[in-house]
Amino acid sequence: MSDLKQTPFFNCHHAAGAKLIDFGGFEMPVQYAGIRKEHAAVREAAGLFDVSHMGEIMITGPNALDAVQYLTVNDASKLVPGKAQYSAMCYENGGIVDDLLVYMLAPEKYMLVVNASNKDKDYDWMIQNNPHKAEITDFSDDMCLLAVQGPKTDDILAKLTDRDLSAIRFYTFETGTFAGFGNVILSATGYTGERGFELYINKNEADPETVWNRIMEAGADHGLQPCGLGARDTLRLEMGYALYGNDITTETHPLEAGLGWITKVDKGEFCGREKIMEIKEAGISRKLVGFVTGSPRDIPRKDYALFSESGDEIGFVTSGSQSITESKGIGMGYVKKEFSSPETVIHIEIRGKKVPATIQRPPFIKRN
Amino acid sequence: MNFPSELKYTKEHEWVRDNGDGTATVGITDFAQGELGDIVFVELPDEGDSFEKDEVFGNIEAVKTVSELFMPIAGEVSEVNENLADNPEAVNDSPYEDGWLVKIKVSDTSELESLMSADAYQEII
Repeated sequence: MSDLKQTPFFNCHHAAGAKLIDFGGFEMPVQYAGIRKEHAAVREAAGLFDVSHMGEIMITGPNALDAVQYLTVNDASKLVPGKAQYSAMCYENGGIVDDLLVYMLAPEKYMLVVNASNKDKDYDWMIQNNPHKAEITDFSDDMCLLAVQGPKTDDILAKLTDRDLSAIRFYTFETGTFAGFGNVILSATGYTGERGFELYINKNEADPETVWNRIMEAGADHGLQPCGLGARDTLRLEMGYALYGNDITTETHPLEAGLGWITKVDKGEFCGREKIMEIKEAGISRKLVGFVTGSPRDIPRKDYALFSESGDEIGFVTSGSQSITESKGIGMGYVKKEFSSPETVIHIEIRGKKVPATIQRPPFIKRN
Repeated sequence: MNFPSELKYTKEHEWVRDNGDGTATVGITDFAQGELGDIVFVELPDEGDSFEKDEVFGNIEAVKTVSELFMPIAGEVSEVNENLADNPEAVNDSPYEDGWLVKIKVSDTSELESLMSADAYQEII
C-alpha cells in the first residue's frame, strides 16, 4: 500500500484497530469493531468518521459566484455566508462530473467539497470551465475532515467548542474554536441521515490527532464509536443517498438520477444546461429508484439485473446491501420509467434466481 | 487468530475436520471470517448434493461482499448447518465450532492428505 496517501488520523486508526483499504487513492479505515456495531452506534448514539479523503477546492475572487454558478447545477446565488448547498457538476452532455457540497464561506469565497476519487478530475475540469476567470485552488492537502454523526453528537461536541451547536441548523455552519484550536468549520451536514456535524480542520492550524483523541474522550460516556467506510455506505444506503461511481456516474444525468430538485435550469447559464433542458423537454426514459426485498437473505448487489413481473429486463442495480437497522434487502438502481412508481413489484436476479422486490421511495427505514 | 492444528486447510480459506468415519466437516477459517466482516447470509446446498473438489457449493454474504464457497474435497453433502439460516453470525463468532457449514461423505479419503496443515496455511495468509 506504499503509493497510497494517508490522512493525518492514520495513527489513530491503527490504535483503534481499524482494517484499512485503498479508497480513492487513500489508505482508509473500512471498519473497526464491525459494520453492524458501527452502523447501530450511529443510529442509536454516535459515530466518528475520518473523511479527510474528500477534496476541498476553493473558488475566490470578484467572479467567484459567477464561476460557481457556471460549474454547478444548483442555484448558488441563494447561498449566504454560513450556508451550504448540495449540488452537482455536469458535462455538456449532461453526464455527472461529481456531486458535491458548496459552502459559502464569505462573499467572494466558496468551498466546494468533492469526492476523493474524483478530486483531480474535478479540479482539472473546473480549471478548463472557468470562463469568468475566478481563482480556483485545490486546498485538499491542507484540510482534514472528521464527521460525527448520530443522536448524541451535540452532547459530545458541545464539550469541545465555544459555539452554540443547537443554533446550527441542517446545512448551515459556523467557524469557531474546537478542541482548543481556532478556525474549525462546524458544519451541520452528513451522509448518514442522523443529526451530525462535519468538522473541517486546517492541518496547519491544529493538531489533527489531538482533535481525534479529544472527540473520543468526550464521547466515551455517550457510546461514541469510530466508524469506517463500510458503515458509511450502509448508513447512506438506508437513506437512499446516491453514491458517485455507483448510483450516479458520467453515464447518468441529474434528471434520471432524481436530482432534478437541485438542477435549477432557470438560474441562467451553466455547464450542461442545454442538454438538460433538452432531456427535460423530451422526458426521461429511465429513473433511479429504491427498492426493498421481503427477506434479509435476498440482498441486491451492484450490477444485478432487474426484471418486470412479466420477465422483461428493465434495468440494473447500482447499490445494494442488507439493511442493518431493519432486516431486509435494500437497493437502488435504474429502471425504465414505466416501472418506477412506488409499490411496483419488480424482480432482481440474484445468482440465477429471480426474487421479488418492491419499489419504495427512500429512506428504507422508519425515522423517529 | 486461531488455527486449530487438528484441522486441514485450503488456499481458499476453508477448513476440513476428518471425523474418522468417512465423513468430514467443512467451514471457513478465522482469517476468512475476519476478512469478510459481518456475515449476513449463508447459502448452502441440499443434503444429498454431490460436489467435485473445488466446485462451488454455496455462497457467503457479508454486509459488503458475496464470496463463493469451494468444496475442499469431493463428496456428498450429508448434513448442512441449519442453525446458520437464523444465525449467520455464528460463522464470525465461532468459525470452527458453531459456524461449521456442511458435513460430507468423503468420496476418496486420500484427498484429505493433499490439504494443508495449520502451519502451512498460516504461511500463506
